[in-house]
Amino acid sequence: MLGEPWTLSPAVALRPEPFGAMAYHFGNRKLTFLKRMELVQVVRGLADHADVRAALVAAGVPEAQWPGYVDALAGLAAADMIRPRTMEGAVA
Amino acid sequence: MTILESRPETVRPQGGTLIQQFELGLDAPICLTWELTYACNLECAHCLSSSGRRDPRELTTEQCEAVIDELQRMQVFYVNIGGGEPTIRPDFWHLLQYAVDHQVGVKFSTNGVRLNPERARFLASTDYVDVQISLDGATAEVNDYVRGPGSFDTAITALQNLQDAGFEDAKISVVCTRQNIGQLDEFKALADRFGATLRLTRLRPSGRGADVWDELHPLPEQQRELYDWLVANGGDVLTGDSFFHLSAFGGTDGGGALPGLNLCGAGRVVCLIDPIGDVYACPFAIHDNFLAGNLLADGGFQTVWQRSELFAELRSPQTGGACSSCAFFDSCRGGCMAAKFFTGLPLDGPDPECVQGYGESALASPDRVLPPQGQDHSKANPTRNQPVMLTLSRRPGLEDGPAAPPTSACAESPLAGFTP
Repeated sequence: MLGEPWTLSPAVALRPEPFGAMAYHFGNRKLTFLKRMELVQVVRGLADHADVRAALVAAGVPEAQWPGYVDALAGLAAADMIRPRTMEGAVA
Repeated sequence: MTILESRPETVRPQGGTLIQQFELGLDAPICLTWELTYACNLECAHCLSSSGRRDPRELTTEQCEAVIDELQRMQVFYVNIGGGEPTIRPDFWHLLQYAVDHQVGVKFSTNGVRLNPERARFLASTDYVDVQISLDGATAEVNDYVRGPGSFDTAITALQNLQDAGFEDAKISVVCTRQNIGQLDEFKALADRFGATLRLTRLRPSGRGADVWDELHPLPEQQRELYDWLVANGGDVLTGDSFFHLSAFGGTDGGGALPGLNLCGAGRVVCLIDPIGDVYACPFAIHDNFLAGNLLADGGFQTVWQRSELFAELRSPQTGGACSSCAFFDSCRGGCMAAKFFTGLPLDGPDPECVQGYGESALASPDRVLPPQGQDHSKANPTRNQPVMLTLSRRPGLEDGPAAPPTSACAESPLAGFTP
């Protein structure tokens, strides 16, 4: 996943919360919580970076913590909160 | 009911569990209950909002639209609309559409009275709307006993109309009582028949429910039956997080907890807006003690949610009181605040239906004083829809021959049969 381009699903809204954010999917009506501010920053930054790794770097997440973040992102992907970006211009 | 000058600062743990964060409150509720009207065609014996008559101060259509606008701004993604019977507000269908158009999904509870084939087709054409039909018995006999004559047929007709119109996945919402716990499988079969999902909730001693709670609330062995049934069928059944007090059946490690948050969300992640714009901590506690403010008088819903003194209190760390020494405290968290309050128990003590039995001893305490009920919109005079909570039965002991036969067919003396 680290080398892939991802983005927030178009059907998802992120609501800021004191500890992170609540993500709501208008399509499947799933609700999920992002428990860390850094994770919110990573998720918000996905669309603006070439790949997940770049988004993690931009959010200042230490490399040692990347596996944990990748797990969290995989969970979000399973609920269609985030999607692989397939548009041209993205680095595969 | 006080609104603070500014939003109270909260010190939050970094990371921590989601439950710990929820206990400290959110910027906006996850979802909220909005009773649109206190008017109702029925007079259910256990109505937790004591509904019947419309309140003349009911929010106007414009005021309701303003509430929806604010919910959209706060990113509250769905509301549970109820009442009373919300569909008898003439602007109900308009408000439903207005909410959906403003990214506020709607789940509404109804007894089905207005769900004719035409409305059912309209609902089937909408996205983002859930319909919840209330049914408190899998048979007319059990249902109508508490909800009133004809109410079972009304609900079944509504479910049929929804199914015929192609509306998918309606909800059948059941308040679990002593009379219907034995019908859980029948409820499930009924839901399957209509392509619906079963939703079970807890009977609360709130509103008129306080008057009938002693007779209707499940017996201890029925609570076990309910818990076991939920464990077996939990995946397919919704509970609205109603039964977290039953989690203590599972074990001290919280291992047998039922799916859901298992947390009292009052004022932290949920709340209630009543028909006149009063905001209460919880849908089951329409009472002055849990009134946070009014969205018309106090500058809007967001102000009440974020700056109410009552909500700040509910979001501050709570002590378990008498329960904190109980090994099961982490499983049930002391149970339901509303259930304790309306049965006159201390809020930091056991739930009246504590599965460890501490509730029964607390209920037996001579110090217990029932709180006066809050507002009451019950109809002033009974109508033909009022349930008659009587059943025909034979005199006890009659099976083994009459315990006390009539003195004689024509004994007119008031003292007949009286032996001093």
